[in-house]
Amino acid sequence: MSEQTILNIAGVNKRFGGLQALSDVNIKISRGQIYGLIGPNGAGKTTFFNVITGLYQPDTGTFELAGKPYSPSAPHEVAKAGIARTFQNIRLFGEMSAVENVMVGRHVRTHQGVLGAVLHHKAAREEEAAIRRRAMELLDFVGIAQFANRTSRHLSYGDQRRLEIARALATEPKLLALDEPAAGMNATEKLALRELLVKIKAEGKTILLIEHDVKLVMGLCDRLTVLEYGKPIAEGVPAEVQKNPAVIEAYLGGAH
Amino acid sequence: MDTFIQQIINGLVLGSMYALVALGYTMVYGVLNLINFAHGDVLMVGAMVGVTILQILQSIAPELPGIVKLGIAILGAIPVCVIVNVIIERVAYRRLRNAPRLAPLITAIGVSILLQTFAMMIWGRSPIPFPQVMPTESFNIMGALISQTQVMLLILATIAMVGLVLLVEKTRMGRAMRATAENPRVAGLMGVDSNRVIVMTFAIGATLAAVAGVMWGANYSSAQFAMGFVPGLKAFSAAVLGGIGNIYGAMVGGVLLGLIESLGAGYIGDLTGGFLGSHYQDIFAFVVLIIVLTLRPSGIMGERVADRA
Amino acid sequence: MSTLFDVKNNPRKAYISFAILGIALFAFPFIASNFGNSWVRIMDLALLYIMLALGLNIVVGMAGLLDLGYIAFYALGAYMTGLLASPQFAAVLESFVNQYPMIADGLRAIVGEDAARDGIHLSVWLIVPLGALLAAFFGALLGAPTLKLRGDYLAIVTLGFGEIIRIFMNNLNAPVNITNGPQGINLIDPVRIFGVSLAGEPGSNATVQLGSFSIPSVNAYYFLFLFLCAVIIFVSVRLQHSRLGRAFVAIREDEIAAKAMGINTRNVKLLAFGLGASFGGVSGAMFASFQGFVSPESFSLMESIAVLAMVVLGGIGHIPGVVLGGLILAALPEVLRHVVEPLQRNLFGTVLIDAEVLRQLLYGLAMVVIMLYRPEGLWPSPKHEDRVDANAKKRHDEKEPAALAA
Repeated sequence: MSEQTILNIAGVNKRFGGLQALSDVNIKISRGQIYGLIGPNGAGKTTFFNVITGLYQPDTGTFELAGKPYSPSAPHEVAKAGIARTFQNIRLFGEMSAVENVMVGRHVRTHQGVLGAVLHHKAAREEEAAIRRRAMELLDFVGIAQFANRTSRHLSYGDQRRLEIARALATEPKLLALDEPAAGMNATEKLALRELLVKIKAEGKTILLIEHDVKLVMGLCDRLTVLEYGKPIAEGVPAEVQKNPAVIEAYLGGAH
Repeated sequence: MDTFIQQIINGLVLGSMYALVALGYTMVYGVLNLINFAHGDVLMVGAMVGVTILQILQSIAPELPGIVKLGIAILGAIPVCVIVNVIIERVAYRRLRNAPRLAPLITAIGVSILLQTFAMMIWGRSPIPFPQVMPTESFNIMGALISQTQVMLLILATIAMVGLVLLVEKTRMGRAMRATAENPRVAGLMGVDSNRVIVMTFAIGATLAAVAGVMWGANYSSAQFAMGFVPGLKAFSAAVLGGIGNIYGAMVGGVLLGLIESLGAGYIGDLTGGFLGSHYQDIFAFVVLIIVLTLRPSGIMGERVADRA
Repeated sequence: MSTLFDVKNNPRKAYISFAILGIALFAFPFIASNFGNSWVRIMDLALLYIMLALGLNIVVGMAGLLDLGYIAFYALGAYMTGLLASPQFAAVLESFVNQYPMIADGLRAIVGEDAARDGIHLSVWLIVPLGALLAAFFGALLGAPTLKLRGDYLAIVTLGFGEIIRIFMNNLNAPVNITNGPQGINLIDPVRIFGVSLAGEPGSNATVQLGSFSIPSVNAYYFLFLFLCAVIIFVSVRLQHSRLGRAFVAIREDEIAAKAMGINTRNVKLLAFGLGASFGGVSGAMFASFQGFVSPESFSLMESIAVLAMVVLGGIGHIPGVVLGGLILAALPEVLRHVVEPLQRNLFGTVLIDAEVLRQLLYGLAMVVIMLYRPEGLWPSPKHEDRVDANAKKRHDEKEPAALAA
């Protein structure tokens, strides 16, 4: 059973001074799922992301990735354990080219250091070549191979998002965590993004997705958790969640 | 015991000057998120202009009381320092308001060098002695000596700080400054002209630095083109100690650093068994800075300084 | 302009450029010698500064960490050489004898009687790596407290460290004499390669005999420094195109994203500090041997700022640019001194702006003007392929599915 559960997070609480940002949040994601985390603005979705990827320290919570407990103490450890994320406001390495960005993604699975850099011996050369090869493959996979040598901050918005995803994929994650990948996209771009995510899922990857676009989420995700004011108010397949009165109230009605 | 009192007095005097300069750093940091590296050199400009004025006064009106002469020197130094600081903001910093953080810092360093170079060209390289204008009898407080220059310094510093607090808390411009420091965009939406506020901030900082500069020169009886850099750094450390961006913090930090330095220099010989002597005095400010930034970056009274994700 | 040396895309042009450069560099001292020693001497010092600039480039240019105390590593390398390649150690030992006799005995046992009398005189083959290691160690040590600090604070703290080191150098002459205080250490051994002293034998008027050849001492040092510079350039270039180099730039561009991609930013930053510092240490060691003496004056904040100005002027992060910046800011003031001062004397009868002032003026202007008008430096790295291609217009998401149009 535990091999099938990629991410098992339970009992996460996080308080910032007077604000309880997360209250007892649980998430369980099975292998190969696209799992959605939705909720109104300020519900704590990105905070949750930041907690599980080590940017914030939780007050309480248990964290398990592919059956093994992991400690979200430092972001680079989390990346090494196998969670790769993208950011709500795209965080690329602006001055680097697209392919170089993705090559950085390979950092965590490679190991040449100072000596390798300076001596440039066979093992180092081979590793470099492998890194570059894989990076080009990933650029091709997400559809921007023709921009490999372009300075990444000059790419179009949609292409930058794709690049960020390619870079995350380069870390060979067990879980790909995407923070509002469709933000700021028009309908055409969203469709293309949807196709990409389906393609990633088809490769066997597991995806955790924060999204605002309800239509995109409903059509794409296998299961959802809905957060409101840091508390989970619903969990289940999209069809159920859609009909949940608490969810409807959180999005549409109520004192908001 | 009288050594202790003496160190306390020295520390208060030193600390008041640090406080005046620290205020300039902290205010600029509050509105621009920039460390005005050249601020210490504005102090130097104040001292140089001050000594020049004093030399002139000594030759044309030697019978004026010392206080008046120093007062005139300060009043003469202030406009020069204000002009210099405002020009610096306009020419060097304004264009870089939205640049990545390294750029304005590097520019500020360059400005600091240029100020020193111009001072070198105008006033030469050697230290210029400050004419002794105040009467030389010192006051005796519990066995420790405090000179009349130092008394004047303390009084002026207090007046300046009180004046600044009144300005910031009670006046419209002060409110505008506080608003801009909190949130420039929203302040702009409320009708606050951020450029004017920034210019005012630089001007006020320069005024305080001018006072500090003239009094520093008077206290140490000399002025030189390179004199601003070390006090500037120490004042910055004081501002950090008190909490960068916080005016009260700058005052508290300044006085506190002065005391730490003075007491430290006095007792370091005893503390280290003679290995380190009082010429290591300058280190204290840096050590304090490093400790504060490592352990409690927000300083004594400041808000959080650390980056958020 | 970097297409001049682009081996990958235009190898023939690159090799020709290298060849021309190599010939020019080799011939320079022989030609310049006809006009006296000073020109080559200027280049010697410029080469040392270029090494410093390249070291600082790793910290500031690649990793984006503004180190304002960099000259401290130059000082460490120089003073280490001063202690390990001169009679100074004998004086150190003597002062220990007076204050801490037990330590003195211990030291004497370690170094032996000869050294106790004449000082330690290690050879250059040991001095250079030791200097690099010592500096690297201190680089990591001084970098450690700054790891969590943001840009401006990091700058000030490193500046503080630089000053602290200088103050120690200036004052460690009592109670025990280690650095000889403000007077500094002199009688430092010149570099000896295979028994040949690069300062020439005494009485030879600073000329080095190589078989039947003789070249001035400054020329000999020129080739040594040129070689070291080439090594450092080589290491820098290799670093830049490696996994580690990418990690440096990633941290510079976006530290949070770098962490999220699995880069241990703490270790990588320490590595940057250490590597950068090691270049400074090597340069400092060479400086000490070249000049024959070291004193705290040579290691002031102005020097740290000068090196920073070189990196900024040339092109932060771009190795040829940094070399150019170093060359300009190190050599130009000296060159101008030879030109400007006599010129002013002829024109005005006196020197209005002397060389020292000129030097500082150049540094200040370099930083301000460049940051305001050309922040990428005089010779920035060539942009990646950024041409707006007509071909590149064809994008994946321009299929215009009919379903959506409705």
